Amino acid sequence: MTDPILATHNLQKSFGALKATDNVSIDLYPGEIHAVIGPNGAGKSTLIAQICGELKPDAGRVELLGQDFTQTSTLTRAKAGIARTFQISALAMEDTVLQNVLLGAVGAVGSPWRFLRPVFADKALHSRANDALQRVGLKDDAARRTSDLSHGQRRQLEVAVALTLEPKAFVMDEPMAGLGAEGSKTLTSFLDGLRDEAPILLVEHDMDAVFALADRISVLVYGQIIETGTVDQIRSSKAVREAYLGSDT
Amino acid sequence: MSTILIIEQILNGLQSGIMLFLMAAGLTLIFGVMGLINLAHGSLYMIGAFAAASVAGLTGSFALALIAAMAAAALAGALVEMLVIRRLYATDHLDQVLATFALILIFSESTRWAFGSFPLFLDIPNYLSGPVTLPGGIQYPLYRLVLICVGLLVAIGLGLLITRTRIGIQIRAGENDREMIAALGVDISKLYTLVFALGAALAGLAGALVGAIQSVQVGMGEPVLILAFVVIVIGGIGSIKGALIGSLLVGLTDTLGGVFLPQLFKLFMEPSAAQTSGSALASMAIYVLMGAILIWRPTGLFGARA
Amino acid sequence: MMRERYLNGLVLLLLFTVPLWALINDQPFTITLATRAAIFALAAVGLNIALGLGGLVSLGHAAFFGIGGYAMGILAYHAQTYTPVMEVPFVIDGTKSMPVIWLVAMVTSGLAALLIGLLSLRTTGVYFIMITLAFGQMFYFFSISWIAYGGEDGLSIYIRNDFPGLNTLVPINFFAICFTILCLVLLINGLVARSPFGLALNAARQAPQRVQTVGLDPQRLKLAAFVLSGVITGLAGALFADLNRFVSPTMFSWQTSGEIMIFVILGGTARLCGPVVGAVVFVMLEHALGGLSEYWHIYLGALLLLVVLFARGGLVGLIAGRGVAHD
Repeated sequence: MTDPILATHNLQKSFGALKATDNVSIDLYPGEIHAVIGPNGAGKSTLIAQICGELKPDAGRVELLGQDFTQTSTLTRAKAGIARTFQISALAMEDTVLQNVLLGAVGAVGSPWRFLRPVFADKALHSRANDALQRVGLKDDAARRTSDLSHGQRRQLEVAVALTLEPKAFVMDEPMAGLGAEGSKTLTSFLDGLRDEAPILLVEHDMDAVFALADRISVLVYGQIIETGTVDQIRSSKAVREAYLGSDT
Repeated sequence: MSTILIIEQILNGLQSGIMLFLMAAGLTLIFGVMGLINLAHGSLYMIGAFAAASVAGLTGSFALALIAAMAAAALAGALVEMLVIRRLYATDHLDQVLATFALILIFSESTRWAFGSFPLFLDIPNYLSGPVTLPGGIQYPLYRLVLICVGLLVAIGLGLLITRTRIGIQIRAGENDREMIAALGVDISKLYTLVFALGAALAGLAGALVGAIQSVQVGMGEPVLILAFVVIVIGGIGSIKGALIGSLLVGLTDTLGGVFLPQLFKLFMEPSAAQTSGSALASMAIYVLMGAILIWRPTGLFGARA
Repeated sequence: MMRERYLNGLVLLLLFTVPLWALINDQPFTITLATRAAIFALAAVGLNIALGLGGLVSLGHAAFFGIGGYAMGILAYHAQTYTPVMEVPFVIDGTKSMPVIWLVAMVTSGLAALLIGLLSLRTTGVYFIMITLAFGQMFYFFSISWIAYGGEDGLSIYIRNDFPGLNTLVPINFFAICFTILCLVLLINGLVARSPFGLALNAARQAPQRVQTVGLDPQRLKLAAFVLSGVITGLAGALFADLNRFVSPTMFSWQTSGEIMIFVILGGTARLCGPVVGAVVFVMLEHALGGLSEYWHIYLGALLLLVVLFARGGLVGLIAGRGVAHD
């Protein structure tokens, strides 16, 4: 049994009296897509923030590749191999699509301290960036200003930037949000193929995508994981149904 | 060094601090409620002083002069808010800094054009001049005592306004969530104009009161403005309590430093050099204080934690 | 984009030919004006690296301008009075050699920028603006108190410093020196803006969170930009003091900080030649309007206000259109 790429152990986080994360232990193994679902306010964003380093938990551990990363910064985790996409796009809006992806390339190669050589002459950076754009289908939009992109295209760009990092694991925060039926289908099949490169921890609301993609699903309600299982197990789980629909029987 | 001297200087420090508070309170309200950096606040201070000097010169009444100062500054503030400042609420800090810097240029040069470069004089009225004997036998100028009292009254008044009145509630709510109070039906633009005019009136009052002990001239507002910003940074932006404590800290540091550092320097320097160096270093001390506090608490003593 | 390129070329050409024309027509004052514009442009280019690229609103850049000026003033003063700058622990003599003075100016302002940057970058937003303003003020008051070098009255340097091979007292020669430095720095600025560093810095300005998630530290990037910015503005300060053969605490004042920012804004931030355009326009206004009215700052203020409210890309933005960040 291989080690998980990413794991949390007994994570706790409270904001005053509100327990946003209550004893959460989840893990992510190579080759899988592990989806985290839950009703609004369940604490999914807080959980993601603790996994990626934006928040530090009150108690518990976050491990990457078996090593303790609980108190480290977002930066350190990114360098260790976590690639994250944001629910609310965090992209350089004034820059072009290509420039945003090149940022990923510069970060991946670790070379921001070159002052005099133009980025555009750097073949290695360019090929990495263009490959990523090609794979998400934004190659033709490379020269467009990011602020001109549609919502769905910005999602694709976020994924492209994550790709340039050649990460050990992807953490995606609601990548389907705001995509229409067409966009969701495309992204779903894209993510399907992505799992072989690096496993994906997928926080999502879009149940069609989740049921199509997930190897495992964890259900987060009021900060607690109430159930983890395969798609069929979760689908037939009484506890999950009650959490979403309320108990009526 | 006599105890009397020390007490006198402490009182002076309190006085200059409390006048600084009048500026800082306005600034911190404006930034707290509207999110606006207003570099033109010093100009409003100057307008108050000039209005007071003019009216005092015309009517001979100090009381009228003070009212004129507050009215002129409030009016100027309201006008500026409606014509220029309104367009800046949605912009970033850089634009606000530049636009209000431009306002400084316009106000300063216009005042110089209207009144000339020589300072105007505003006299302390007879009924407020002269010394007062404090417990302990210390003689202290009545006028400065009056300033301290006025300042404290304003502080109490502001505190009551913020905590006890409807406007105060709107102000506090606005500091927390601008969009929300607009959605709840509060007339934002009226509120903003009011807050701006209130801050302006306080600045104008300060300008007039201090103008009687220093001189009334173009450019008098900017050094006070910079100090007021230091105060609100030390105290924490948006906090009236922070503005009060910050002002007193800065006022005391400036005054006590300005008196005692030259004395210290006179021990090993000749008198005139010691005076200049000492005073200048005392001015530096304030910024060192601010720097130290910001390093310890990057959002000031009472500011919202980032 | 091409329009911006043409505009850049045009402005530099103008700045180059006007003094030549003045030389032919024996108008040394115009050459001095052009030199003043070139030096202001240099100071503004420096600020623009921090402000335009890095998004750092530094209201205290006069600190570096003044440090450069005083570096020149102190070294030249000791040279002209034949006294050493320091004797313990080792002897340092004054100098009137420009290259040496420039080196000292750049190193000292760079170190100051490193220190100020390390402390100031712990804060953001309005706190950053205020703390940079405060550092400027600290230097201002310190220079007033430094009686040894003139205090409030400043320091006069009797003759212009030396540059190997040139008679620097001839206005066109000194202009050539300043203009060449400006062009070199513009070239470096252009390269930096297009480099991986420039890309990362630009992203750090817009989306610092994103920069962290690709494994880069936005704080270090901003610090590097701030230091580079301080170095260039410091060099401009040394040249400015040389032009006027005078250095005084005014070089440290908040008004000077504001003026340098005006040069950048008038022209347009994050545009390569924006600062040059802004500086040139400022000097022209200063000369033309200053001659008409001693209250010309009113018009400057009005112009600045209009630019900020209605022409956010500055004059370059107005003429060349919305820029794509870089090509």
